[in-house]
Amino acid sequence: MSEDKTTPPIEQEISRRELFTKLGVASLGVAAVGTLAFTYRFLSPNVLYEASPIVNEGRSEGYPLDSVTLDVNSAIYLVHVQEGFFSLNAICTHLGCMTAWKPEQGIIACPCHGSRFSREGQKLAGPAPKPLPWLKTWISDDGDIMVDRSTTIQPFAFLRI
Amino acid sequence: MPRRTDSYFDKLQRTRVWHSVFRSGAGSSTLHRALVIQQSVFLHLFSTKVRRRMLTFRATWYLGALTLGTFFILVVTGILLMLYYHPSVPQAYADVKDLKFVVSSGMFLRNLHRWSAHTMVFLVFAHMFRVFYRGAYRPPREFNWVIGVVLLLITLLLSYTGYLLPWDQLAFWAITVGSNISSAVPIFGDQARFLMLGGHQVNANALLRFYVLHCVVLPLAAVLFVAVHMWRIRKDGGLYVRQSEPGVEALRESKADEAGVVKV
Repeated sequence: MSEDKTTPPIEQEISRRELFTKLGVASLGVAAVGTLAFTYRFLSPNVLYEASPIVNEGRSEGYPLDSVTLDVNSAIYLVHVQEGFFSLNAICTHLGCMTAWKPEQGIIACPCHGSRFSREGQKLAGPAPKPLPWLKTWISDDGDIMVDRSTTIQPFAFLRI
Repeated sequence: MPRRTDSYFDKLQRTRVWHSVFRSGAGSSTLHRALVIQQSVFLHLFSTKVRRRMLTFRATWYLGALTLGTFFILVVTGILLMLYYHPSVPQAYADVKDLKFVVSSGMFLRNLHRWSAHTMVFLVFAHMFRVFYRGAYRPPREFNWVIGVVLLLITLLLSYTGYLLPWDQLAFWAITVGSNISSAVPIFGDQARFLMLGGHQVNANALLRFYVLHCVVLPLAAVLFVAVHMWRIRKDGGLYVRQSEPGVEALRESKADEAGVVKV
């Protein structure tokens, strides 16, 4: 293997010191990115102790015909009309205040900025940009009315019993 | 490549924004380097000039700086742990269990906080022994020794108050025993225990008081006293080094003197 002796020395593009400096800076960068990722994961809770979005509203017999019932704890209206049952989100679409049912006028009104909605959630007046959303409503196996506050449905999709 | 980054840094130092933030300006003259230290609210606690041999490992074993390092780790991990901890009965215990089993990297942060706390107590004592056996507590540094003792007490109180926060059996009985020890103080012992616990038993009031002490009062006091401690190092003439140190030859000469070499 006499050819080896003639092999020219590899031209060094960076010095040893530069290489280690770069390695050090790069490992610090990796550590910084990793720390950010870990911090983001830590700050996002894996388990929430919030109320379930699915609410049991009880037997349908508890809601007489042409009644609007506000469930204050869950902020939903359960409405029984000729066509059937439906539920509305009671949170105003303007800035999140809780609306109130005005039986003498037959409307839903927001006390904060005066938005008004019909019994079916359609916007009548005020700064609210959107109608009150209809929420997914069904009958459980036990015969109770269930509402999923996290799922909206098309308006006028009545639940018939 | 380093040269190019240097030039970017030089350009940055010449901008108006840089000048508005760092008044010292660019340059590496002795005056500029002194101004960098003197004109920064954080760095001006330290000496503008340090002798090289003050910064050698053998001078201090870096024990004070390492203590400060563990304190920084404790502040950062402690603030993160506070985001998942409610100082209420019995929620506190559930929160600590959640940190251990549910929260991402919660167990890592809690263990880091705990190990750093143990390490800090160890380092504080090591620092104290090192200062004592080197005689670095002597004038003009005797008041900085007193501040150091205050910092030792703050460290121990931080350990003690943090011990109750997991609200488990170990914490409860440790604070029961500890608070009974404080009631052994003559005359106002029972009163001290009553004020510390906010009642006659280790209960919700005690947990809240220990939480406030652990997360607000004692860390603020620690930061304040650490600042004075650092500032006093500068005021008392820098880190302590013995005049005859560390030149080995000088040491040999002095040993030769002691050995009774006859001086002519």
